[in-house]
Amino acid sequence: MPKQIILAAHFPGVNNTTVWSDPASGSHIDFASFVHLARTAERGLFDFFFLAEGLRLREQRGRIHDLDVVGRPDTLTVLAALAAVTTHLGLAGTLNTTFREPYELARQLATLDHLSGGRAAWNVVTTSDAFTGENFRRGGYLDRSLRYERAAEFVRTARELWESWPADPFVGDRDGGRYLDVADPGGFAHHGEQFDIAGHFTVPRTPQVHPVILQAGDSPDGREFAAAGADAIFSRHGTLADGQEFYRDVKARLARHGRHPDDLKIIPGVTFVLGDTDAEAQERAHHIRRQQVSPQTAILLLEQLWNRDLSGLDPDGPLPAVDPDVSADAISRGRAGMYADPVATARQWRALAEEKGLGVRDLVIEVTGRQSFVGTPGRVAEQMNHFVQSDAADGFILVPHLTPGGLDEFVDRVVPLLQERGVFRTRYTGTTLREHLGLRPARTREAAVAG
Amino acid sequence: MPEPTLHLAVALDGLGWHPAAWRLSRAPVEAPFTSRWWASLAGEAERAALDLVTLEDSLDLQSVLPDRPDGRVDQVRGRLDALLVAARIAPLTRHIGLVPTTSVTHTEPFHVSTAVATLDHVSGGRAGWRPRVSARSAEAAHFGRRELPPLDPARPDDPATVRLVGDLFAEAADAVEVVRGLWDSWQDDAEIRDVATGRFVDRERLHYTDFTGRWFSVKGPSIVPRPPQGQPVVAALAHAPVPYAFAARHADVVFVTPTDAGHAAAIVAEIRAAEETVGRIDPPLRVLADLVVLLDDTPGAARRRRDHLDELAGAAFTSDAAAFTGTPGQLADLLAEWRRAGLDGFRLRPAVLPDDLTAITRALAPALRDRGLFRAGYPGGTLRDLLGLPRPANRYAAPATA
Repeated sequence: MPKQIILAAHFPGVNNTTVWSDPASGSHIDFASFVHLARTAERGLFDFFFLAEGLRLREQRGRIHDLDVVGRPDTLTVLAALAAVTTHLGLAGTLNTTFREPYELARQLATLDHLSGGRAAWNVVTTSDAFTGENFRRGGYLDRSLRYERAAEFVRTARELWESWPADPFVGDRDGGRYLDVADPGGFAHHGEQFDIAGHFTVPRTPQVHPVILQAGDSPDGREFAAAGADAIFSRHGTLADGQEFYRDVKARLARHGRHPDDLKIIPGVTFVLGDTDAEAQERAHHIRRQQVSPQTAILLLEQLWNRDLSGLDPDGPLPAVDPDVSADAISRGRAGMYADPVATARQWRALAEEKGLGVRDLVIEVTGRQSFVGTPGRVAEQMNHFVQSDAADGFILVPHLTPGGLDEFVDRVVPLLQERGVFRTRYTGTTLREHLGLRPARTREAAVAG
Repeated sequence: MPEPTLHLAVALDGLGWHPAAWRLSRAPVEAPFTSRWWASLAGEAERAALDLVTLEDSLDLQSVLPDRPDGRVDQVRGRLDALLVAARIAPLTRHIGLVPTTSVTHTEPFHVSTAVATLDHVSGGRAGWRPRVSARSAEAAHFGRRELPPLDPARPDDPATVRLVGDLFAEAADAVEVVRGLWDSWQDDAEIRDVATGRFVDRERLHYTDFTGRWFSVKGPSIVPRPPQGQPVVAALAHAPVPYAFAARHADVVFVTPTDAGHAAAIVAEIRAAEETVGRIDPPLRVLADLVVLLDDTPGAARRRRDHLDELAGAAFTSDAAAFTGTPGQLADLLAEWRRAGLDGFRLRPAVLPDDLTAITRALAPALRDRGLFRAGYPGGTLRDLLGLPRPANRYAAPATA
């Protein structure tokens, strides 16, 4: 039997992948938009729905960034509400460990797992960003080198809390007056470098025991963190060769942690554009790229590489003659740095612009964020399947460019073709997200002891 | 003009407020850990057109001891996060207000603000919020960031206790200030989608809260656009002067615990004085009296059920709020009398769920309607509308010029 493809739906994010200027673009905050996307994903039998997180509005040149979609709901709250309007779809939230405490977050995720009947997932992210820290009690004091240390201990602590109640604690002996069959319900003690806490957890063991853990970092530390304990990794490798290299590297790390290659799913975030013919799809893709890169956005994206104020630049004119400023503080705050060697990248872009005769905007369209899969539904289904069968991925997190209808066409036209090929489910066979993903039951301490 | 009708809220907790409630409840004992339970209770309350339901919460197990777990397994122990429960039932209800409790002592004001704002978005303007102070040292030990000394409830006037309570309420006041400031940090019209200039928002309509206090500082703006109600309803439970002043300064609704009509009048006077003292400019607090209620068809049947519960619990029921045992008609008469003390309404705490809730919705509410004291249905609109609270202007927006 061929590998089965995992599919997840990413709510369109607060970056320029998301097109807000299109007449079909709806609200990014109305609950109806979330309902539409989640129900569409569930209609398509997707594994889960995914929300990113932002804890501070992005800034550029010291001012709030105003060119992309700005604003989003609180992750956990909207996922809990979505649990009411879906029945099988997994509900995954990105939640930062730097600005939260294990007791509270473990409790919220356990609550979500109960309220959704075992569909909760947590994308563990971490930051040392003092800029975001200005919104929190903790501030931004976390040393960069401690980011993963804190995240790893955070997840370990959360797991201890999730296991702090035994399975089936309720006796409910109304005549005898015994509500629980537990000596010390929820009792826990964790004495570690990052967290020193003890007491009682209020939430009984949940359907999944451990909500599904996702990880999204790509650094060696991030890969190791995922290999040690995550259930899935949200990667960003666009080409088949890069994807295969990443896949080999990460899966090879699992054995050292006593884990099987199937215990960690690799799910890159991808975009797609469909058309009745390949040529039409390419045309639509180009149109979407122009929507994603407005003249103002082109300048802004160039500023992120050059790290200089380029507000006077003509978006249709040539690239700056000067090199990027690598000594100054980052001009853009609230997002991850994107370029390893800005000077070299800038020289490549300049050379490309001269060779093809491209102005700033056309160059930016050419070099940034090209769609992952473009073509007829048949071609996209074939390419996606090829990616999975040749071990560049176990599935995909689809990032639509439109809210709320951006997933409709994929579900209507591509999902049936994947089903025809026998590489995607035709109905949900399980109820929990762990079951959808083909993961084994959570490895609790008791299970570890039992071997 | 007829007198406005009273506001009716129900406080939901576990399987009811009596410690032996679970022994007589018809519900499965694990019901409080299922969404079906909360959805059915909120639905029942909504069918009777009640104003709102509150959901209790605490960052520790329930305990009969003031400052530590009691290790008991003969009563309901454990609970889910109340705000997420409220969000889970929001799409399943249409009119009723949803008011979860959240600790403000150990949580991040930024997260609380965005969570309540989101509850308001997903419920179409029906969110409320009851901030709660966590004085228990056991809760502090779950966070490991500060130590709170054990509280001795027998000595409320002990200087150390007075100082601790004062500090905790001052911190709670800062938290509410930040939460409210963040709700206003987006003007209603901040999203402009101006294709000509490529701008999604007008950044002049987004505002830094720039709050700096003794316990935390928060820069802002929020990540969540201004909620439908502008300011979701803030409620406080108050038994004493410090929380009365806290409510007068920061809340829209206050839950109080009088023992009789005379006491109710005295509390209302104290709250009005507190409003004066703090210079309140918002509409006066909506004052709702809390009552634990145990209802049955006859006074004798109610009494017998109460005795049975007390016997099962092994002790006579005690509570911070007065307990009423009797028929729905008797309760309607009592509420009418208490209301004349200046109360705006009541928050009833059902002794046993769902029985005492269905007695409220199916017998008490009609009895109040017969007396002209309660609405027949929902007029439509937000929770603020239901409570007669106007949508507040945004503190950061320039006043409209004529």
